[in-house]
Parts: sequence; structure tokens; C-alpha cells
Amino acid sequence: MALIECKNIHAGYGGMNILNGVNMAIESSEIGVIVGPNGAGKSTTLKAIFGLLNVSEGSIELRGDDITNLAPDKLVHKGMGFVPQEHNVFISMTVEENLEMGAFIRRDDFSYMLERVYSFFPDLKDKRRQPAGELSGGQRQMVAMGRALMVEPSLLLLDEPTAGLSPLYMNEIFERVIAINKSGVGVLMVEQNAKQALRIAHKGFVLAAGKNRFTDTGQNLLNDPEVAKSFLGG
Amino acid sequence: MQLPKKDIILFSLLAALILIVFASQGSAYSVRVLAEASCYAILALGLTIQWGYAGLFNAGIMGFVALGGFITMLFSFPTNDDFWSTDLPGQLGGVGLKALLSIAIVYGLTQLKRFGVSKKIRLPLIIISSAILYLWVVTSLGPVAKAIESEAGFIGGFGLPVWVGWLFGGAIAGGIAYFIGHICLGLRSDYLAIATLGIAEIIKAFLKNADWLTRGTLTVSPLPWPVPQAGDIGFIAARAAYLSVTAVMIAVIYFLLYRAYNAPWGRTMRAIRDNENSSAAMGKDVNRRRLEVFILGSVLMGIGGAALVTFNGIFDPSGFLPLNHTFLVWVMVILGGAGNNKGTIFGAVFIYIIWIMSEPAALFLIDIARQLGSAWFEWQPPGDLDSRALQARVFVIGLTISLVLRYAPKGLFPEKVAHHA
Amino acid sequence: MNEFIFFFNSVVINGAVIGSIYAMGAIGVTLVFGILRFAHFAHADMMTLGAFLVLILTALFPAVGPAIGLPTAFVMMPLAMVATAFIAVGIDKLFYKKLRENNVKPVVMVMASVGVTLMLQGLIRFFAGTGTQSLYIDDRKAIFRIDLPFESASRNLVVTEPQLLLFLSLVFAVVALHLFLNKSRLGKAMRAMSDNPDLAKVSGINTNTVVGVTWIIAGALACAAGTLLSLDVTLKPDLSFMILLPIFAAAIVGGVGSPYGALAGGFVVGLTETLAVFNWTFVLRPLEQAIPALDLPNTLAFVPTEYKITIPFFILLAILIWRPTGLFKGKII
Repeated sequence: MALIECKNIHAGYGGMNILNGVNMAIESSEIGVIVGPNGAGKSTTLKAIFGLLNVSEGSIELRGDDITNLAPDKLVHKGMGFVPQEHNVFISMTVEENLEMGAFIRRDDFSYMLERVYSFFPDLKDKRRQPAGELSGGQRQMVAMGRALMVEPSLLLLDEPTAGLSPLYMNEIFERVIAINKSGVGVLMVEQNAKQALRIAHKGFVLAAGKNRFTDTGQNLLNDPEVAKSFLGG
Repeated sequence: MQLPKKDIILFSLLAALILIVFASQGSAYSVRVLAEASCYAILALGLTIQWGYAGLFNAGIMGFVALGGFITMLFSFPTNDDFWSTDLPGQLGGVGLKALLSIAIVYGLTQLKRFGVSKKIRLPLIIISSAILYLWVVTSLGPVAKAIESEAGFIGGFGLPVWVGWLFGGAIAGGIAYFIGHICLGLRSDYLAIATLGIAEIIKAFLKNADWLTRGTLTVSPLPWPVPQAGDIGFIAARAAYLSVTAVMIAVIYFLLYRAYNAPWGRTMRAIRDNENSSAAMGKDVNRRRLEVFILGSVLMGIGGAALVTFNGIFDPSGFLPLNHTFLVWVMVILGGAGNNKGTIFGAVFIYIIWIMSEPAALFLIDIARQLGSAWFEWQPPGDLDSRALQARVFVIGLTISLVLRYAPKGLFPEKVAHHA
Repeated sequence: MNEFIFFFNSVVINGAVIGSIYAMGAIGVTLVFGILRFAHFAHADMMTLGAFLVLILTALFPAVGPAIGLPTAFVMMPLAMVATAFIAVGIDKLFYKKLRENNVKPVVMVMASVGVTLMLQGLIRFFAGTGTQSLYIDDRKAIFRIDLPFESASRNLVVTEPQLLLFLSLVFAVVALHLFLNKSRLGKAMRAMSDNPDLAKVSGINTNTVVGVTWIIAGALACAAGTLLSLDVTLKPDLSFMILLPIFAAAIVGGVGSPYGALAGGFVVGLTETLAVFNWTFVLRPLEQAIPALDLPNTLAFVPTEYKITIPFFILLAILIWRPTGLFKGKII
């Protein structure tokens, strides 16, 4: 059974559909990457999965459980973590408080999880008492991912985690994503840096105009001349 | 323009209500109610363009009403010879000159940067000198104001035609609106609400306490009318004449607003209200448009307030209440349908009649309660029960606002938005 | 010396008293502003409501206070705070929740709170009348006159019992709120929601609970502020908009969403108010003897007392012009 499976989803804002039948499925051992041109509906797909906008048709299943149109806080309880692209940290709160907010739904002792997040992102440990608003873009992204990991999700949704980062940080983030995935968390992410992202992807989904254009392993998509020509800039 | 069925029904109900008032209360009283309602309709039209066209929250309608009323009193009330025949006007002018001089000095100090005076020196200099100059002007105004109050009562009016007062009432209200709007409209909408609430209380405090100018709590009456008064042609005819003046004004305002609403200006306005970000992105100067609409609405409020105070014939600064002159207008607009001028006029007339009739109704109900209470439970009702019963109408106004926002946010006459595909 | 004591009594103490009241009100307003994102116009009438509940409790059990040695009204205040907190939550459920769920614009929420404030006004005035009432029913206001150890000081420092209680309550409230916001899970969630409501939702924070807690704190603080104000002077049922303006000014001066800013803003507004209406002639009298040419008028105040309301207004305008985010860098809105 797939970890997450979207079956023919249609969704959009205020009656205007942006997604016109998107299908995707990944296993819990996998990293899935969604790429495509601007306006293809990449971020919209993530938002639809995380209940941030209304799915008008089709269904979304988490381990065979129908989760279509469930509210975000319910999905957090079901073991999903979501990292928005922008405004993804509480800027006035310290790094550690940000992580604690990620664990809001947990009533047990989650200090071991703090340590595990700090082991994923050693940079953060030194900055734990600093307000997140004072961190660099890359560090903020780490705080945001750490925040989402605090509930020990089985699926992590990342919306353009490397947007606006320097190549150095970009590679670091991708490395962390691989490490997180190795620890048993399925990852589904949207990326602008398509080539680099497909390199680490087990599965790649190329969207265009709200529909799947290509679905294959990351490596095959990179090698497909047609994909390369139309979507990866040659 | 065709009337939908719902509109016809609602207006027929309103007509029936007016007929009932005429039948039960007599013509003289009913025409009075209608004339007052028409003044409120002008206020409500002012608010409907601020709130309905632009989404601006004006919590200080009372201030603009009071200002309009005061200005029309100042312009149209007969001149006071006790004042003009003395040397007091000269003294008052002297104070005015001092004030102008002070403003000039402070302005001059702000221009010191041209001579290379640093901000560190300029700022304290400006603050200290404006404080001293302010005290100088205020302390010299004090004795003059006292002298005016003791020798002449107050400075009286200018004895000009009433309509001049109405126009200036609107203009001054617009000036105050420019001042407030200029500061607040770039910020979030809540701040405008807070600032207008404040300016209304300040205007009221000023009018209430500046006895030399307004006679304060002593009130000024009788104010001249733009039409012959009851003494000459009888109550009904005089009030009907007044009503026809305000009705013509409403018709003119309605027509102009109708034109503006459908003109590019109105479309821009609504685009800004409905989606501020995209309008700003399209290069519309959002704050400038908002300022225009805020001033325009406030001008109408000033004129409406002037008309209302003139009709009442008495200028009483303590009579301006947030409930009667701000929130009653709000209920009229949101119940009638914000942004819909027809609905606004309907709301104004309908709510005003209900409001006026609720006073005897509340007293009647409380009287029954009192009799039943004392007969059955040997209840000793407090002496001020009647005034409390009238206060309780505040509750009804508040409840109406809450219910309308919750269940009929668009009001009885929703604004008809044309969709361009 | 006497002039200085006079100045201290009438400006510093009175300014601090009214400043504390404003601060207590403004902390509630700023929390609601930060979390629910609208200016809560019903706050002043919530204060009056709280004080009115205390009045009822005091009238029911007038003997409690003398038994303990504190004003009865002050002893009853915690009870009324709980009641007001529940009423605040109830008001939210009845009048604000649905609008919030419909995602209306903030300004519609402001309108709704105006509706609520009018309803509260109507109820309070219907049951309490419009006259002033004293919260001292079976006890008397204790006044402390403190002799100063200076030769030249014949005047005393004057502080009343309710004023001391007010300062103590404010300190207690601020410390408790500080601990709550920085140490407790819910308090941190409140800060998170005030910082970034969308991210709070995405993190699984139960926003309904946070909103409820916000109303509990705002209601309790409003009740305390209303009661302590009424203890210091009298209970005026028609205060409403007159006290709302300085409280909003304090919240905006401090930076919307920042409780510490609101605390400072309260004192800024309170002290400025008392300074502005202070009659300098009293203090400058000795100068007149020294310089005969100086002819002081009987009253030399920046603002006559009747125009006190203009002070918070101009503070508000000044801050909106020069620093709309407030002195303490509140939310940028």
C-alpha cells in the first residue's frame, strides 16, 4: 500500500480549478519530487494534500485511509508534516520554541525528538536560544523542517525548500532531506531546481497545466530527452 | 432600471409603515419624523459610500454631524450686537494674529534645515518653542473668551443665508476628514475607526466647552430655516417645505452617486475594496482613492448634520450622542445594504421610524412591567426606570448590528455587482 | 520642596495610577489584536461589566472585606474576573466565532465588537442606571499620608489603599502573564499564533483553544482594570468610549501584539495625560516671588481638564505618523 496516493484530484481557488486530475503515489521509503513550469500546480498539489484548499474531485489516501479535505490540524495528528515555502518560522520565537510549537499536539516528553532534530541540523543546536527571525534563509529552512519533524511524521511535505538559497545551502538541504528519508520518513517535495532535485528523487512527477505529464523514477526523467528539452532547460 | 419584486415588496411595506404613522400620530408629527429621517438619509448616504464603496470604518459620524451643525449655526445665526459693538472682536482678532504668528514661527523653525541647522538642535527647538507659543496663545485667549462670555454671551452668528452654513458645514467636515484620513488611510482599517472615534469625542468636547463660541451647554436657538418657519405658515406646511428641500438634496446626491458609482472612479473604488493587493499591483493609487471617498462621505455627513441641526432649530452640543448620531446611522446602512444607495435610503427611513416609535414602546412596556411587578411581587421600581428603559434601546441597536452582520451581511438590498466576464 | 511633593502627588502618583489602569486594559486589547487581528471595541464595556459584577458581589457579601482587612470589592475581584472571563468566551462563541470562520475582513469584526459594546452598554445601564456608584459599601477608603524626613517638607505624600492594591495587582498580573507566555505550552502557542497564524494552524496548534485562552486573559484583565479604576474613583457606567481611546492609544504606542509594549504604553499615556492637565502655577509660585515681573495666570496648564480626551488622541496620531509599529516594534500592520 502506498504511503500517500492522490487519485485524479481536481482543486483550485474560488471555483477556478488549477489541478485537473493529478495522480501520484509514493512509498514511505521514497522521496517524491514534483517539478514543472510556473503555474503547473506544483504547490497547489501540496496544499490540496494538506487540506489547505478544497479538493472538488478525486481522492487522497494516506496508507489507504481517505484523508481528502481533512483540516490541516487533523492531518498533523495523522502523521503528516508540512513546510510552507514562505513565512515558515515563527520569527519572534527562539529556535527551540519553534520546534516546541511543532510538537504542540504531543503531550508526552518529546525532548529526545529535539535532540534528534539537532542531530539532523547541528547548526541549530548552537542557535537554539536565538529568535528564528535573526537566522539566515538556509537556517530558517532547517528550523521549518525541524518544526515539522517534531511530531515524527510518516510523511513530510516540503514546498520549495531551496527557494532563494545559495547553492551551498541548497546541497546541504538536499543532503538533510536524504538523511531524513533514510530515517524512515516519506518525503514529497516541490522544487524549482528540477535537475538537482530529480537526482535525489526515487520518483519524479512532471506537472503541466494541472495534469501529470511524465511520471517515472528521478533518474529516468533526467535521462528522458523530451523531459530534458521541455522542462529541464536542455 | 427595473425594480425586482423584493424591492417592491419592501418599499410597499415602508409606505404602509409611514401611513400607519400618519394615521396614528397625526400629520404634523409624521412630517417631522419624515423630515428628520431625510436628514439621516443624507448621513447614511455619506456612510454608505465610505463603508460600502471603500470599506472604511468611520466610528465618528457624530463628530461630523456636530461640526456641520455648529458651522451652520455660526454662519446663519443672527449677528450678536453685544459682541460686535465692543472692542472684543478686535481682541479676538489679536489672539488670532498671535496664533498665526506662532504658526509662522514654528513653520520657520522647521525650515531651519536649509541653513544647515542639524536635526539634534532643530527638534528640541521646535518642540520647546511650540510649547511656549501654544501656552502664549492659549493664555491670551482665556481672558478674551471670559470677557466675551460675561459681556456678550457668545460671539453670535454671521447672519448669512442658511445654505451658506450648510455648504461650509460640509466643507469643514471634509477638511477634518482630510486631516484624519491623510494620517490613517495608509494604515490598517482599525486605526481609522479608532481615530474617528477620538475626533468625534474631541469635537464634542470642544463645542461643549468653548462657551464664547457656541454658548456650550446653554444651547443656541432658534436657528433660522431655509424655508418659512412654523410661525408664518403653520407646522405642517413649514415641515413639509423643509422636507421637500432635503428630498431634493437626496435626489441630487443620489443621482450624482449613481453616476460616480458607474463611472471609472466608482469601478476603481470597488476594485480596491474587493482586492486591495491586485488593485495596487495594477498601479491604482489605493490610498488616494480612499482619501477621496472618505472626504466625500464626510462632506455629506457634514451637510446632513447641518440639515438635521437646522431642522431641530436648536444647537445643543451635549445632545450629540454616539448612539443617536453614529451607530443609528450604522444600523441604517448595514441593514439597508452597504454600497446600495436605494437600500441605504430605505434603511434610513425605516430605522428612523422604528427608532422614534421605540421610545413610547419602551416606556409602555416598562410601565406594564412596573405595574405587574409592584402588583405581584411588591417590587419597588427604581425612580429612574424610564430613563433606563430608553437606555435599553442601546441594546437593541447593538443586537441588530450583530444579527445583521451574522445573518444578512449584505443587508436587505445587497449591492448589485455587475460581473464583467 | 512642598511644590515638588505636590507635583509628585498630582503627576507621578496620579499618572502612575491611571497609567496602570490603561496598561491593564491595553494588555488585553493588544492580546486580542495580536491573536484575533481586530481592534476590540467592546473592551471598555467589558471593564465596566467586570466592575459591575464586583459591585453586585460586594452588595451581596458586604462583610467579607472588613473581616480580612481589605476592601470587600477587592476580595470579590477574583470571583468577578472568573465570571468576566467566561462571559468574554461566551461573547466570542455567540458573536465573533461564526464571522471568524467565514473569514470576514478585520473591519467587520470591529463592527461586530461595536455591536457587542452597545449591547453591553444597554444591559449595564438598564440594570445599573447611569449614575455613579461606589464600590465601598460597608468599608471606607484607607488613605496613607507619608511624612517625608525633610525639614522643608510640610506636605505629605498621599497614596490611597486602592492605589496600592492597583500597583500590586498590576505587578502580579504582569509577572503571571510573563511566566504564562514564556513558560507554558499554551502561552507559547499564543505567541506563535500572534506571530504567524497560518503557520500555527499548519503546525497543528489548536487555534480554538488559543482563542479561548486569549479571551479568558483579556476578560479577566478587563474586569480587574474596571474594578481597580472604580475602587480608585467611582463606578461610572457610561465611561465606555472615553476610556477606550486612551487604552487603544496605549496599545498602539506600545506596538500592537506586544504585552510589554502595552504596559509601557499605558504609563506613557497616563503620565502624559496628568502632565498635560497639571496646573504649573502651583509649582511656579515661588518663582513669582523671586521675579516680581513675572505675572502667572491662575491656571497654567497645557490642556484644560475638559479637553483631557485630546491627549491620548494626539499621542495616537503622533505615533501613527512617526512610528505606526509602536515604540516596541509590534506587528507591522
